[in-house]
Amino acid sequence: MAKIIDDETIENVCILAKLSLNEEAKEKAKEDMQKMLDYVEKLDELDTKGVEPLSHIFGDQNVFREDVVTNGDNKEAMLANAPKAKEGQYQVPKTIG
Amino acid sequence: MELETMTALELAAKIKQRQIHVVDGVKAVFDQIESKEETVHAYLDLYKKEAYARAKEVEKGIADGTYAGPLAGVPIAIKDNICIKGKKTTCASRILENFVPQYNAEVIDRLEKAGMIIIGKTNMDEFAMGSTTETSAYGVTRNPWNTEHVPGGSSGGSCAAVAAGETFMALGSDTGGSIRQPSSFCGVTGIKPTYGTVSRYGLVAYASSLDQIGPVGKNVADCAALLEVIAGRDPKDSTSLERNDLDFSKSLEEKKLLGMKFGVPKEFLAKGLDPEVKDSFMNVLKTLTEQGAIVEFFSVETMEYMIPAYYIIASAEASSNLERFDGVKYGYRAAEYEGLHDMYKKTRTEAFGEEVKRRIMLGSFVLSSGYYDAYYLKALRTKALIKKEFDQAFEKYDVILAPAAPYTAPKIGESLKDPLAMYLGDIYTVAVNLCGLPGITVPCGMDKAGMPIGIQMIGDCFAEKKILRAAAAYEAVRGAFPTPEKGGKKA
Repeated sequence: MAKIIDDETIENVCILAKLSLNEEAKEKAKEDMQKMLDYVEKLDELDTKGVEPLSHIFGDQNVFREDVVTNGDNKEAMLANAPKAKEGQYQVPKTIG
Repeated sequence: MELETMTALELAAKIKQRQIHVVDGVKAVFDQIESKEETVHAYLDLYKKEAYARAKEVEKGIADGTYAGPLAGVPIAIKDNICIKGKKTTCASRILENFVPQYNAEVIDRLEKAGMIIIGKTNMDEFAMGSTTETSAYGVTRNPWNTEHVPGGSSGGSCAAVAAGETFMALGSDTGGSIRQPSSFCGVTGIKPTYGTVSRYGLVAYASSLDQIGPVGKNVADCAALLEVIAGRDPKDSTSLERNDLDFSKSLEEKKLLGMKFGVPKEFLAKGLDPEVKDSFMNVLKTLTEQGAIVEFFSVETMEYMIPAYYIIASAEASSNLERFDGVKYGYRAAEYEGLHDMYKKTRTEAFGEEVKRRIMLGSFVLSSGYYDAYYLKALRTKALIKKEFDQAFEKYDVILAPAAPYTAPKIGESLKDPLAMYLGDIYTVAVNLCGLPGITVPCGMDKAGMPIGIQMIGDCFAEKKILRAAAAYEAVRGAFPTPEKGGKKA
C-alpha cells in the first residue's frame, strides 16, 4: 500500500519545495501525488535485495583540478540580472529583527 | 534546388565551393521563418541582425581558412535551456523571463569555432519537463506536419524548426527522450549521445545525471557532423569524458547492414503500442533483415519499472536543481511578500508552471526524511537492475531497436489533462538516459493521418558509431523522407 498523502504531508512537501499553494491547488497536488505514488509502488514488486543503488553510470570518483580562477570579474553583469541590487550586492527583505 | 531543402552538409559544401554565399543560407532560413513562424511558433527569440552580420564574418573566415570544418556557414537554432552570453535564456519559464547569461555554454563556443551561425532560441517544455512543448510559458509550438498536433517535447521547438525548414539544424537536450521523441513526431533525425560525451556546462540543469545535449537535423550525416562539433571533454563539466573516438562522420562511410546484430525487446511490442506505429516498426525489421542484418527478439524483464524509476530519479534531481530559483540572484521576484521565506515561496509559486511544481513536489517528497530509502534509493537500485539487463543485451547485440514513442504526435490539448498518462508515453526512451546509453531516432514511416513515425536505435555506452552506421545504412535503403511541404498537411 502506497503512502497516503494527507494534508500534513502536503504541508511538509510545500515547506521543502518552498511553494505556497492555495486550498484548491493543495487538493489537486494531493490527488496528483497520490496517483503517482500508487503507480510507482510497482517498484515494490521488484526484488532489489543486495543490489547497490546506482547513482553514477561511470563510477563516482571525484574529479580534481587546481583551484585557479579562470573567469574574470563579472560582478556588474551578474548583479544586472538581480531583481533587486544595492551598493554592489543582492538586496533581499530584512532577515534579522 | 531550393536552399532550404538542402541538408546542412550540402549547404556547407556549396558554400565551400563558392557556389553560394553564407548569407544565402541565412536568408533562406529567415524567409522560411517569415512564412512559417506565425503558425508553427518554434522560436522564442530570433537574432536576425546578428546572424546577417555573423554571415559576413564567417564568409571571410572560410576564405582565409579560419573555419575549415564541414559545417562552416550553416545556420543553427538553440534550445532555450542552453546559455548564450548576452541573450535571454528562459527555459520557457516565467521565472527566467529576464535572465541574461554572462557566459556561453561550452557547446555554443564550439559551434562558433566551427563557423556556424546561431539564428535563435527554440521553444520547449518549461525546464524541459514535458513531452509536448505545451508546458512552455510562452505558448505552444505546432507540428509543421499538421498544426493541430503537438511537435512532441521537450525539444519540440528545435525539432519543429528543422522540420519546417526554419533552420538547417538545431541543438536539443534529452533527459528522458526529449530529443528522440519530438524527432519522431516531427519526422527529423536526433541523437542523444552517451552520457558525458557533450559538456553540460551552460545547460540549465533539469536532472543532472540524465541530461545530455544532442543534435537535431535532417538526416544521419548532418547529426553525426554536428555531434562531432559539440562532443569532447570540457574541464568545466566534471562529468564530461575524455574520448578519442569522436570522428563520428567517418563511421558513415561504410553503409553496411550485413552481419550487424539487432535486438528487439519483445515487451516493447506488447501492449500500448499503436498498431500503425507497430506496422511501421515491423517494416524496418523486415528491411534490415533483407539487407543481411540479424534481427532477434529478447526479453527485458525490467520494462515496467523503467518509468517509475525514471520519474522518481528525475523529479528528485529536479527538486534539488531548481532550488536555485528563489528570486534573489536572477529572474522573477514576486511583487508582494512578507519577509524572506514568503518571498521565496511566492516567487516560486507564481512563476513556476503546473508541471514543474508537480515534479518539484514529487522530488521533494521522495528525498524527504522517512521516504528516501523507500522511493529514491529503491529507484537507484532499480536503475542498477535495468542497467544490468542492457549490459547483458549488448553482449549479444550491436544495436537495440525500439519505437521512439508508442504513438504519433497527439493533438494539442489532449496530453496535459492526465500527467501520468503522458509520462507513460516515455516508455521507450527513458531507459537510455537511466543507463547513459546513446540513442538515435530516424524517421521510418507515416500513419494514415500523415504524421511521421520514427524508429530508435540504441547503442551500448560509447557505441555511437555503431548506431550511426546502422541508422545511415537504414536511411540509405529507406530513401528520402518527405518534408511537411510535400506530403504533410500544410502548415
